[in-house]
Amino acid sequence: MLKLTNLQKTFNPGTINAKTALSGFDLHIAEGDFVTVIGGNGAGKSTLLNAIAGVWKPDYGTVQIDGVDVTNMPEHKRARYLGRVFQDPMKGTSPDMEIAENLSIAARRGTRRKLIWGCTRKDRETYREMLAQLGLGLEDRLSSKVGLLSGGQRQAVTLLMATIRKPKILLLDEHTAALDPKTAAKVLEITDKLVTENKLTTLMITHNMHDAIAYGNRLIMMHEGRVVVDVSGETKKQLTISQLLGLFEEASGSAFSSDKVILSK
Amino acid sequence: MSAFFNTLPGAVAQGMIWGIMAMGVYISYKILDIADLTVDGSICTGACVCAVMVVGGAPVWLAMLVAVLAGALAGVLTGLLHTALGIPSILAGILTQLILYSVNLAILGGKSMVSLAGNREDLLLSMSNNPSAILVGTISVALLIVVLWLFFYTEVGLTLKSTGDNPDMSRAQGVNVKLNKVIGLAIANALVAFAGALLAQYKGSANINDGRGAIVIGLAAIFIGLSVSLKIKPNFVVSLIGVVGGGIVYYIIYSIVILMGLKTDYLKMLSAIIVVLFLAVPYLKGEYFTKRKPIPLPGEHDAGGDGHA
Repeated sequence: MLKLTNLQKTFNPGTINAKTALSGFDLHIAEGDFVTVIGGNGAGKSTLLNAIAGVWKPDYGTVQIDGVDVTNMPEHKRARYLGRVFQDPMKGTSPDMEIAENLSIAARRGTRRKLIWGCTRKDRETYREMLAQLGLGLEDRLSSKVGLLSGGQRQAVTLLMATIRKPKILLLDEHTAALDPKTAAKVLEITDKLVTENKLTTLMITHNMHDAIAYGNRLIMMHEGRVVVDVSGETKKQLTISQLLGLFEEASGSAFSSDKVILSK
Repeated sequence: MSAFFNTLPGAVAQGMIWGIMAMGVYISYKILDIADLTVDGSICTGACVCAVMVVGGAPVWLAMLVAVLAGALAGVLTGLLHTALGIPSILAGILTQLILYSVNLAILGGKSMVSLAGNREDLLLSMSNNPSAILVGTISVALLIVVLWLFFYTEVGLTLKSTGDNPDMSRAQGVNVKLNKVIGLAIANALVAFAGALLAQYKGSANINDGRGAIVIGLAAIFIGLSVSLKIKPNFVVSLIGVVGGGIVYYIIYSIVILMGLKTDYLKMLSAIIVVLFLAVPYLKGEYFTKRKPIPLPGEHDAGGDGHA
């Protein structure tokens, strides 16, 4: 479903601030895989998602989604294959527009937008049912501006937007990191439900080792722009945090360093 | 007092015309989140095209249609300078405005003014008949608001709103943000040029200096209008009505100030002061007049913390 070949990206090349975020990165993800991605500060996790989403072009290498080479496809065209949720809850929704309008923009992702009514009464009925499934009481607030919602509610709406039109790949960029623990757990629960129900191929970056192990069927750990640990299936299910740290030290030759990850163990 | 009531119809008629221009500014400034300085040039382009064509014998509806298209083209130019060539939007607008100065001179045939005095009976409105000018203005405003309302609730229109509101979200949802900015600027400047075409007819002439400072008048109308309309109901149609109302209020203030004996030389400064006040007051309120919560003493702190930042 997703094939990354020899991806390379250096930021600020040729300057003293040059930073190689991805160096010869290869990754193959099968259809239906739910992959959690973990790694230290500056390991290249977000760079990886941005490369897939097309925020910028890689220096070398190719990105293939479902057999289509999208390496040179601009971000808004690539969007038809992707559902994205950002770390910043403000980033995924349009605050000055209604919940229903946000959803209807997402529901037409990848289609040719026409000069016909953009959010019909029938749409609203559908959205009401979908929102009810989230269990956040948003089904009665279809006409509320999204800017009035809390961070957790906005992430839940963004998740719904990302999956309302089944994406080939769902990209989650630490989407619970900015939320309080209780809300984060709720959003993760919704995430898992949507992914499982729709059998979505998913790439989820997280800073929480426990979540990385608990969710998904495959876990990759990144270090200096490469994959250093890649476990799946039964091995992943049996994994413990200390084993994971051990694997990391073995593969990278250094102790795992991320304040966020260590603190949230 | 009676002098005031004598100038009132003229102020309302002019205010409506500038209110239509302000609707254009509303689209670029409020919806697309771009301070588009093209308008100072495109309102003049609208006036020049309309006047020159009417003088040349074209029917007034055709002259206005071409004026609107010329305005849209000016918006496209600014949009392309910004999106295709990566020029910051403010500078792109200034550049187009400068280009339009030359273009407008060329349209006027190198003269600084074209008079419509000999074509009175061809025109839709004129300052010699304010009640009929107000009628034309009201019908135009009503039609434009209906068309804009319909458009901004279509599939395309909704993405235009989201483009200004959150470009990251828009791209992630497959919206071509660059194209949308060009489309939005075209619509905004088409409206502005339409106002220019009405203005030329109302004044009975098109002048190369028409529209200087239009952006500031547009912003003043928006701020005046929205300060009231957002309190009534914060939706699109009420906002547009508010913006036109803002234009009318602006011109009423303007005529009062003239009656009070202020030299007309200072009127541009007055427009700028209105805009400064509307921008500064909310800022200063937030900066200096909000009560800060006292920092809780240790021990007073809510005990539910769990160590997460």
